Amino acid sequence: MAGMTSLRRFAPLRWLGMVPFFAFTFLFLILPTLYIVFGAFRTPQGAFTFDNILALNTPSIRSAYWVSIKVSFMSALLGCLIGFAMAAAVTVGRLPRGVRNPLVTFSGVASNFAGVPLAFAFIATIGPAGLITAYLRTEWGINLRLLGFNLLSTKGLILTYLFFQIPLMILIITPALDGLKREWREAAAILGASGFQYWRSVALPILFPSILGTLALLFANAFGAVATAIALTGPSLNIAPILLYAQIRGDVLGSPNLGYALAFGMIVITGLANTVYIWLRARSERWLK
Amino acid sequence: MIRIWSWGALIIGMIYFILPLVGMTEFSLSMRRGEYSFDAYAVVLSDSQFQATFSYSVIMALFTIVFGVLLVVPTAYWVRLRMPELRPYVEFITLLPLVIPAIVVVFGYIRLYNTSSWLPMTGTALGTNILLMFGYATLSLPYMYRAVDTGLRAVDVGTLTEAAQSLGASWVTILARIILPNVLAAVLSGAFLTFAIVMGEFTMAALLDRPAFGPYMQLLGANRAYEPSALAVIAFAITWACMGLIQLVTRFTKHTRAQT
Repeated sequence: MAGMTSLRRFAPLRWLGMVPFFAFTFLFLILPTLYIVFGAFRTPQGAFTFDNILALNTPSIRSAYWVSIKVSFMSALLGCLIGFAMAAAVTVGRLPRGVRNPLVTFSGVASNFAGVPLAFAFIATIGPAGLITAYLRTEWGINLRLLGFNLLSTKGLILTYLFFQIPLMILIITPALDGLKREWREAAAILGASGFQYWRSVALPILFPSILGTLALLFANAFGAVATAIALTGPSLNIAPILLYAQIRGDVLGSPNLGYALAFGMIVITGLANTVYIWLRARSERWLK
Repeated sequence: MIRIWSWGALIIGMIYFILPLVGMTEFSLSMRRGEYSFDAYAVVLSDSQFQATFSYSVIMALFTIVFGVLLVVPTAYWVRLRMPELRPYVEFITLLPLVIPAIVVVFGYIRLYNTSSWLPMTGTALGTNILLMFGYATLSLPYMYRAVDTGLRAVDVGTLTEAAQSLGASWVTILARIILPNVLAAVLSGAFLTFAIVMGEFTMAALLDRPAFGPYMQLLGANRAYEPSALAVIAFAITWACMGLIQLVTRFTKHTRAQT
């Protein structure tokens, strides 16, 4: 302990060990972000202004945000529902024990299989010339295109995003489902509750913060995804990340500071979603620990 | 009854996951009309662009891993040993890359470190490569830090450090020969995940204009029919391999821990 106290006396030495980390994260994570944030509130000459933020209120930018929010929310919601059903099936659904570990392992892989290759997989499967599209057309005479389905659209984007949303939900919610104590179910049963009543009045209220928190996390996850959308639809689909991508490449908005404002808007949305997630996770840990 | 519902949910879910995998595999094998062949793979693998971008990304991944380990292991160790009061702040910073979209961070890079700035990193190819590597390091920071920090939890950092110090070890010796071997499994988990992230990353490399594997895949996808599926199969195999190695490493350490 003598060594420790002698070192404590030299407080600056303690801080020296943290310099590389703080220097790196400041220069290559925080400063670039702050630069964008401040840029959003500045004129090209450097004076303070709200004009950039107000200039976001054009039909095209509004619709880009709105479509992004819709796609992210729908993929998060469906991802939550389907992921929850699958996680519940392998934890409390009385399936053989051997099913669970492969599903969790697969979820680890699938949640990381995103970006460009994921888009390719869906194009090969259900794109205009994909496996399922061709099969339905030749064997059943069903033309998906005439039925209004097009992979290169918001619906297609949602369908594709689910491939990493569902596994993420499974990975996060499985431990929460494990946290449901058997005593609670037994206590409910002794008091005469049916399975449905147990879920409605005990299990779901306990799990609710976790589920809602994960919904927020999945939303942020989809909102920031750029690569899948670009590989799937090219620059044609008007969603916020693609618009920002085009803006960085070629200043399509015609004003660099409007570009900062667009990026700032994305930070605000993902930041809000993550705040909701962190807050709800803290709440859910009261019961599930 | 519950069991039927469970099987139903699981099977419908699995069909959703398996179909795209089957689709991309089937598509990648059907370049030759009427029969299955590995033609698409042959074309891709012999493409000099593929070889160049693939090896570029592998090298970038390795550098990112080395940099990440050098940054994260000493920091996580130091926080555990001397600065526990900083833990919430450090953890918060490491989670920021999950909050701030990568496209925003790289946007900031382009504006902050361009040729007319105080640190003109994008002026040279080497500078841009280093900048991209830093970008990858921030992307992998949440995973790397959490892995190493969890690994350190199982180690009595204070006692090990004092023992080493009383035998005259320097800080570098302590970190390299005592702490690192003890958290090697955690470091390897983080490293494999970093590898998978870097190999598939598109946004940062494309916007910094570096010849990485992600932008190459995107370019090929816009111009070819069968080759992209072959690339998707290769990318999926890389992801599987990385995740498999993480499982293996974790299982291996559990095994040795149980023996001691």
